[in-house]
Amino acid sequence: MSISRRHMLLLLPAAAVAWKHVLAGTPESAPNYTMSQHWWGMLIDLTKCIGCGNCVRGCQAENDVPDGYFRTWVERYHVTDYDIENPHVDSPDGGIKGFPPTKEAGGKNFFVPKLCNECADSPCTQVCPVGATFISPDGVVLIDKKYCLGCRYCVQACPYGCRFINPKSNTAEKCTLCYHRITKGLTTACCESCPTGARQLADLKNPNDPIHEFLKTHSVQVLKPYMATHAKVFYNGLDGSVR
Amino acid sequence: MNGVEGFMYPNEIELQWSVLIVLYPFLTGLVAGAFILASLERVFQVQAVKPTYRLALLTALAFLLVAPLPLQLHLGHPERSYEMYLTPHKTSAMAMFGFVYLWYLMAVLVLEIWLDYRHDIVLQSQSTAGWKRWIYRLMTLGSSNISPRALEIDERVGWTVTLIGIPSAFLLHGYVGFIFGSVKANPWWSSPLMPVVFIFSAMVSGIAAVLLLYMLMTWSRKETIDMRCVDTVASYLFYIFIIDFSLEMLDLIHRIYEADESFRSLDFMVHTKLYMSHIVVQIVLGTVAPILLLALTQVLRLGESARKRIYVLAGCLTLIGIFAMRWNVVIGGQLFSKSFLGYTTYKMGLITREGLLVAMVLTVLPLAILWVLVKLLPPWPEKHSGALPDATPAD
Repeated sequence: MSISRRHMLLLLPAAAVAWKHVLAGTPESAPNYTMSQHWWGMLIDLTKCIGCGNCVRGCQAENDVPDGYFRTWVERYHVTDYDIENPHVDSPDGGIKGFPPTKEAGGKNFFVPKLCNECADSPCTQVCPVGATFISPDGVVLIDKKYCLGCRYCVQACPYGCRFINPKSNTAEKCTLCYHRITKGLTTACCESCPTGARQLADLKNPNDPIHEFLKTHSVQVLKPYMATHAKVFYNGLDGSVR
Repeated sequence: MNGVEGFMYPNEIELQWSVLIVLYPFLTGLVAGAFILASLERVFQVQAVKPTYRLALLTALAFLLVAPLPLQLHLGHPERSYEMYLTPHKTSAMAMFGFVYLWYLMAVLVLEIWLDYRHDIVLQSQSTAGWKRWIYRLMTLGSSNISPRALEIDERVGWTVTLIGIPSAFLLHGYVGFIFGSVKANPWWSSPLMPVVFIFSAMVSGIAAVLLLYMLMTWSRKETIDMRCVDTVASYLFYIFIIDFSLEMLDLIHRIYEADESFRSLDFMVHTKLYMSHIVVQIVLGTVAPILLLALTQVLRLGESARKRIYVLAGCLTLIGIFAMRWNVVIGGQLFSKSFLGYTTYKMGLITREGLLVAMVLTVLPLAILWVLVKLLPPWPEKHSGALPDATPAD
């Protein structure tokens, strides 16, 4: 059978689209996982965090995060008795090796782990010019690296400083809440490596998740609530000085 | 950490938008400003500025052609930029860039220039020889009818295009301001005044650029500068500059009086890292000085050569000031932490992809393009090469 020029012109674009799909590969399957049945977030109990940096190391190892960039990090706050508007904060190398003894005398010291807040109304997804970053139906903010232009608008739009440009891929990167793990019934690398249980993965759609009981019985807060991003990382024991 | 004072979130230390992103609003501002100046003659019938009309249009085109280059060079994946046309994200301010740009380039600027020059292009395609003839024939787009009726239609359509072009020019640059002004995470940018300030500063820079180019080109052609024209253009520059300065001061006073949680951080930055570029270059040298210089020409009865010198000085200072304004917005907005507890430093590369050398090339490139455009489409009647041959109306 001979193919006419007209047929060829029709077939070529179709073949190009098909080839693009072949190159894209098959998404990793997660059997028995239904996105619409979950709504992911995290609970961070600051009263339990000891600033060991295990979460940062666990994240770096699990997600191959390039040196000098952070999907999660730990900050140490020092606040004097009344001056909560001027805390002294440090996070040497994101707290990956823990913290040296504090030089600050008086006041109080505490640790604050940070990560993407998985905002339900996320400014970063709003500004992406091509929709390469998006909120999955189970509430996780993700990035399609094969689609991201690397314009960095999302990095500017994040109020929490959670995004960066991966120097290897030249695309935006951030915490995925270990999406490749949680869709298989595992917890995140940071929660898994936390020795005190200060970090707890939370499924807000699961009525049996202990998060519901915790939220009912504790005063929890999100970071920068005035940004109205509907963040889903809840902090217990959050001091007013934390930014 | 080197270059960091206080505390920055660890991912904030490196600046995301470089000098190339400073260049982008600077270039689009010149486009919008030059076009608005051109429209004064066409729509508002300000005959005094007629000698700058065509030059303003060609200047706008030259700068508009270069405007997307800094963005392309900045992207991590420039080869994917076409996706903005194919799958624009409806909620993104940036997604509209491609459409606004194309609309302004093709539906406004190129169309208006073509309509305005069509008569000349057709004549040139008939009177020149060799490769030039081919270029002009190509530029006629197959339309060689230059009968009075056809030219009248050109004029009417051109007028309509200019009329559409004015809001389009506002859209082009107001939109650039919105890209910054709508980032709620950044208090240095987040302001509803940002698009308005961008529009007025664009008009200021575009008018100053055309004023300088007109004087430079007239001088290089050994022609007489039309003083009525430059006086009128300079007076527009003066009045629009006052509006622009008032808006910027309104923004500043509002921030100082409101003194919200970001104020201390921003105030510290203006007094330290941005002192030179913001207070000295942008406000004193780039705004107050040219306004005072232009005010002198409005108040005093100065001689022709004194006025010319003042216009050149004020024009140069204006362009430096507007560039500093873009610098302070783009770079200044990234020097402080969103925790308001620390500051970082911008280290500009020299010969990197987003370095100083590339920025300089991109600044000069529009002038080179303008030179070609002026050779191809002279904005004024060519005296020495002989007048254009008389029109031969086609049937």
